[in-house]
Amino acid sequence: MAISPFVEIDATQKLDPFKGVKKIPLEEYFTSGHRTCQGCESALVMKMMVKAAGPRTIVLGSTGCMYVANTTYYSTSWVVPWMHTQLGSSGSAGLGAAAALKAQMRKGKMKKEPINVIAFCGDGGGADMGLGAISASLTHPDYNFLILLYDNESYANTDIQLSGSTPYGAHTTFSPPGKMKRIMHHRWKKNTAGMLAAGHPECKYVATVCMSYGLLGMNCIRKALEIGGPTFVHSLDPCPKGWDYDPYISHELGELAVTTGIWPLYEVENHTLRLLGKTKEIAEGRYVRQPVRDYLMKQGRFAHFTKDDIDYFQSKVDEMWQKWLIPGVIPMMKDVEGDKPPAE
Amino acid sequence: MAQMTATLPERGTEETALITGSEAIAVACKLADVDVITAYPIRPYDTVMQYVAKLVANGEFDCEYIVAEGEHSQFEIVKHASACGARVFTGSSGVGWMYAMEALTVTPALRIPMIAMVGNRALDDPGAFGVEHNDALTVRDLGWMLVWVDTAQEALDTALIAYRVAEDRRIFLPCGISCDGAFLTHSQAMVKIPTQDQVNKFLPRYNRADLLLHPDNPITVAPQANEDWVMEIRRQNYAAMERVPGVIREAYADFERIFGRKYGNPFFEEYETADADVVIMGMGTLSMPTRVAIRKLRSEGKKVGMVRLRWFRPFPAEELAKCLSRFKAVGVLDRDFSFGSPYMSGVVATETRAALYTDTISKHPPVLNFIGGLGGREVTVPDVEKIAHELYEAAEGKKKPATQWIGLRE
Ligand SMILES: Cc1ncc(C[n+]2csc(CCOP(=O)(O)OP(=O)(O)O)c2C)c(N)n1
Ligand code: SF4
Ligand SMILES: [Mg+2]
Repeated sequence: MAISPFVEIDATQKLDPFKGVKKIPLEEYFTSGHRTCQGCESALVMKMMVKAAGPRTIVLGSTGCMYVANTTYYSTSWVVPWMHTQLGSSGSAGLGAAAALKAQMRKGKMKKEPINVIAFCGDGGGADMGLGAISASLTHPDYNFLILLYDNESYANTDIQLSGSTPYGAHTTFSPPGKMKRIMHHRWKKNTAGMLAAGHPECKYVATVCMSYGLLGMNCIRKALEIGGPTFVHSLDPCPKGWDYDPYISHELGELAVTTGIWPLYEVENHTLRLLGKTKEIAEGRYVRQPVRDYLMKQGRFAHFTKDDIDYFQSKVDEMWQKWLIPGVIPMMKDVEGDKPPAE
Repeated sequence: MAQMTATLPERGTEETALITGSEAIAVACKLADVDVITAYPIRPYDTVMQYVAKLVANGEFDCEYIVAEGEHSQFEIVKHASACGARVFTGSSGVGWMYAMEALTVTPALRIPMIAMVGNRALDDPGAFGVEHNDALTVRDLGWMLVWVDTAQEALDTALIAYRVAEDRRIFLPCGISCDGAFLTHSQAMVKIPTQDQVNKFLPRYNRADLLLHPDNPITVAPQANEDWVMEIRRQNYAAMERVPGVIREAYADFERIFGRKYGNPFFEEYETADADVVIMGMGTLSMPTRVAIRKLRSEGKKVGMVRLRWFRPFPAEELAKCLSRFKAVGVLDRDFSFGSPYMSGVVATETRAALYTDTISKHPPVLNFIGGLGGREVTVPDVEKIAHELYEAAEGKKKPATQWIGLRE
């Protein structure tokens, strides 16, 4: 990627990929003291995120479950420095912390050293309220920081309300199935990672992850931190309370989200798109997508679905795989202007 | 577009330049070696950011200069930068300041010594560029220190003083420097530019110390606390604010020693009050027509004085009450409104009356409120003469309305 001579780039930490589960260090930087629900995958994301980043890291966290349940006064679970940031401010938090380190190190006010900056947010804080700030921060090539959006598909902390990232039809406290309307929430989930990748050409790294595939997820986080500049990682996190299922199947639900094709795993590294893991196998025809029914019917939030609802959901996922310009990434149809490139 | 007019002096010589209030604050930022600055356009404060941008572009000022995508981000970016040890500056006006309200709320709670310029501006709707003080006043309960300045020189000096006070470990609170839109932000005056050596002597480096967010100091900032600790945490902010007057006094005394400029009582300025019967009180550039009118009234034998309030937060209640109880009547000129407040008065009048209601003072002069100059309307010399007339009548025991609007079309 061509870089403007006016962009001043600082060194980042060398964070080679972990070559296998056994190579993952034992040290924990997110430990006991939290009180998330049993089976909370977002808490697992926090743990893996800082394990991947290591001790020379500053973490900033938006309001949400990963704030409220993780940092009870006097029993913080964070071993690395951590600071609360407002619900819509993860982009600004990452930018501000990175700018402070840069300025002070350049001016000799702070010891020069690459320090990871990670600002995390939920789907409500990141994909709804804080989208503008994240978008702006991804256009600042001079600052090294990662924004991690942990997506439990609702405003979970406030009692499970629908967000722009809640899947079609899901039962939330703002979208209960009723006598007249079975489906209160009829908006389709926002395509946040694809939108951010497509909309921010200077952003060197965007990835989707799911911690049911933990090693892959951690290595995406390491790459995002090492590559420099502002980067974005979006994780899909099963949430027993919000999705209404027995906590012991959290891991399995994460896998199903990927194997049904609902949550494609990919990375966009320096403008190059790579499908990852099972998603790549599906795309290459080496793995057959599972029916979405297997995923939906394991969760209480879809318990009110009829066969028609399941069929509709399946048809939307099929559409994504069969018609999108890039499945899961670019929601434009291939057959624009009768399959001819529009400029011809 | 703002044109840079000041040439910055070499380390050793104090120079004089013809600059605006906004430019004076930009120069103060450079002299204070601020590390991170965030900008977003809104008139009239944004001229300060135009001057900062020029200084940066010319290589005269080394800082991270970030143009944000909105005021909420503008204030959140510097808030986090300050937590990571950087000296920061930002600012806004009118609805821009309101757009940042959530960030403005948490900044003092986090004990962040952010310095923000408020180019005071009327709030929408209807759109109006002119000055009103309601924007800055909205944060008066939250733990911000708030100061109103009158001249470009005072703007520059107060910015340096604000860093010194805010970054004192006993304080660690943000400070808003209010500059009246147009009357100060855009008006040029001769300003003495201090030397770098003077500033270095006056202003130590920002040291976040035990609160620094850094891997060497792995703290958790602002954990969820709830009813078992929030009161104690609030009480710490209360205690910090209680310490501010003492630290302000120290800072002004050192300022006078190092820069040789005297501000007298830091909290409010008295003009022709020694023998005054009645006084007019207000904030910011209202002092200009007031001074002119007072000179005129005095030539006619009317002993009128002025009290110009500088520090609104912390409010210098005791000192001010003692001062005001000397007079036969007090007129408070508010460039703000507070609909439905006691006696429908402006904010400054309401607080002044509250300050006077104390048992350490036995004499309570009548306090009349005059609301004027809204939306940037000029407060004229005849307006001030009318206020003086009303005050004299009140002093003679005539019944007067608690609140009057001046300079209003019939
Ligand atoms: C400005 C603002 N509005 C509303 C809230 C209330 N609130 C606190 S946590 C939360 C949920 C956030 O949802 P999400 O970002 O998805 O995180 P989750 O709770 O799901 O982990 C909300 C709405 C808030 N803290 N701040
Ligand atoms: S509600 Fe969901 S995201 Fe929140 S702690 Fe429980 S499982 Fe985790
Ligand atoms: Mg959520």
